[in-house]
Amino acid sequence: MAKLNLLLLLVLIVCALGLVTSQHKARKLFSELEREQARARELDVEYGKLQLEASTWGLHARIEKVATGTLGMRTPDPRRVRIVEREAAQ
Amino acid sequence: MSAVATSSIVRLPVWRARAVMAALLAAFAVLAGRSVYLQALHTDFLQGKGEARYSRVLEIPGTRGRILDRNGEALAISTPVQSVWAIPGDVEASPAQLRKLGALLGVEPRELKKKLGDISRDFVYLKRQIAPEQAEQVARLGLAGIYQHREFRRYYPGGELTAHLVGFTGVDEAGQEGIELAHQATLGGVPGSRRVIKDRLGHVVEDIESIRAAQDGKDLQLAIDGKIQSLAYGALKAALVGHRAKAGAAVVIDVRSGEVLALVNLPTFNPNNRARLSGEQLRNRALTDSFEPGSTLKPFTVALALEEGKVTPRTVVSVGRDPLRIASYTIHDPHPEPGGISVAQVIQRSSNVGAAKIALALPREDMWDMFNRAGFGAAPQLGFPGEASGKLRPARSWRPVEQATMAYGHGISVSLLQLARAYTMFARDGEIVPLTLLKADAPAAGTRVISAQTAREVRAMLELAVQPGGTAPRARIMGWRVAGKTGTAHKQENGGYAPDKYISSFVGLAPASAPRLVIAVMIDEPSDGKYYGGVVAAPVFAQVAQGALRLLNVPHDAPLEPVPLPGEGEEAKEST
Repeated sequence: MAKLNLLLLLVLIVCALGLVTSQHKARKLFSELEREQARARELDVEYGKLQLEASTWGLHARIEKVATGTLGMRTPDPRRVRIVEREAAQ
Repeated sequence: MSAVATSSIVRLPVWRARAVMAALLAAFAVLAGRSVYLQALHTDFLQGKGEARYSRVLEIPGTRGRILDRNGEALAISTPVQSVWAIPGDVEASPAQLRKLGALLGVEPRELKKKLGDISRDFVYLKRQIAPEQAEQVARLGLAGIYQHREFRRYYPGGELTAHLVGFTGVDEAGQEGIELAHQATLGGVPGSRRVIKDRLGHVVEDIESIRAAQDGKDLQLAIDGKIQSLAYGALKAALVGHRAKAGAAVVIDVRSGEVLALVNLPTFNPNNRARLSGEQLRNRALTDSFEPGSTLKPFTVALALEEGKVTPRTVVSVGRDPLRIASYTIHDPHPEPGGISVAQVIQRSSNVGAAKIALALPREDMWDMFNRAGFGAAPQLGFPGEASGKLRPARSWRPVEQATMAYGHGISVSLLQLARAYTMFARDGEIVPLTLLKADAPAAGTRVISAQTAREVRAMLELAVQPGGTAPRARIMGWRVAGKTGTAHKQENGGYAPDKYISSFVGLAPASAPRLVIAVMIDEPSDGKYYGGVVAAPVFAQVAQGALRLLNVPHDAPLEPVPLPGEGEEAKEST
């Protein structure tokens, strides 16, 4: 009887320690999760900023201005444009 | 005494022991009952109360979907921003710190003090929606009693170009105008929530459960082509400035799919900064305003006459030297032709008398039916808030003079978009196409209104109108054949027609051999002395058509020779 009790005590101690460690691990993982989520939010903010920046740089009016002004480009004369029809089996 | 006591056992009455026993049992029963009451019957309530001491429900915002143009370029984006709020009673800050805070937030120190002065309130916004970097600096001040929370702010990279179409949202991100309002259900995110355990300092230490997952709104892709939109905006703006006009609108429609490729309104506004907005700027003239279209309606009258076999393009209509009199009303023509002109010339030169005479040969019910099937008098069903349906009175109320004037677009009102849509019947060989503001890609099925034969005949007449001798030679472009009709109508004011205020318009198709685009342009009150649709609106059409056809890689159907521009005042004049 005493042997059985001792064995059970041992099992109990192991279980208790297991519980403590797993709780600790869970806490650690959770704080890591929180950190990553905060990072995700930061990246989200940055993504938004970059999207805005991209669309501001890509404004047609701006492209037109840079192309004609800074780069000296112009629309080709339509006589020098050839439209090639795609050979599709339509 | 003690001997007596020990020797004679006192026999207590049995009932006393029983009474004690019963009392004890009753006490236990009460305890058991109470515990059952607490543990079994009230457990949820109590557990909830217990958890409320440390668990909190956090809201997880759902992001609003983006609005994109057909090439995937963003027209509306939500980006996270911070809102700064305070519990006035808890704020501990020195005057220097408050000055710094005020400077960071861009709030006057006096106003800040006023906001923080009311200690009875336990929530006050100091500033909503500031940039994340700014918020970071505010957080670094480390002031007690001042908090932040995350919100989303809507930005419109397209700015004033697409302001009317895209619309805007309020501070809480709910759509208030335009597409933002019409597609609120698709775009709007649904916020979720989760339950967490917070420690004394407010840090989240454990996640208990996710109550509801946040749902992000869906992106919406519009039919608008940013490049064509930008092109139309530029051309229209230049015309407005050049002719000192009050307002204007332009619409570009892809004939095959019914997609609206561009929709421009002027004056416009910057949706990113709506501090000072007037109703004039907000008006979406192309969609929600209707006007008397004038001569742009003549082709429908002529199409009906052709369809009913009353005339052929070569039938001669006599437009004598004298104006046409109906009852007490007189219809004038600027260019009387003693010999009469053909039906095709009625369109080419925009003859009012000719159109009126053709109309009088038609049953008024048929004319009403034609206008009705062309989509006038009914909203175009784009799913846009406040679409105008225009005005088309029932045929039985038309008097002959009204039937005659309606032939050239008086006594009827339409929106610019309705007009453009109606012209798809000439572009699609007799079919009118349902329009869409959303990207479709696939060709749309149309509804037949007139025969292909009639549609082609009218198209040929519309092509004559842009040739020398027509009303709009300025609509021609290099490389493609175009066709179209001008309109110049007196504006209605106080129940009558204003003698010196006009609406100039032009609706055209290009390329004429196999139409791909319908472009409609309307310019309100040009006031530099020129007001004919062929002079004011047609050049805008030409500019937009030239650019749009090139952008869409539409094959040329005309020799690549520069188009000679007519000299000042050489085009045929029209009176409506």
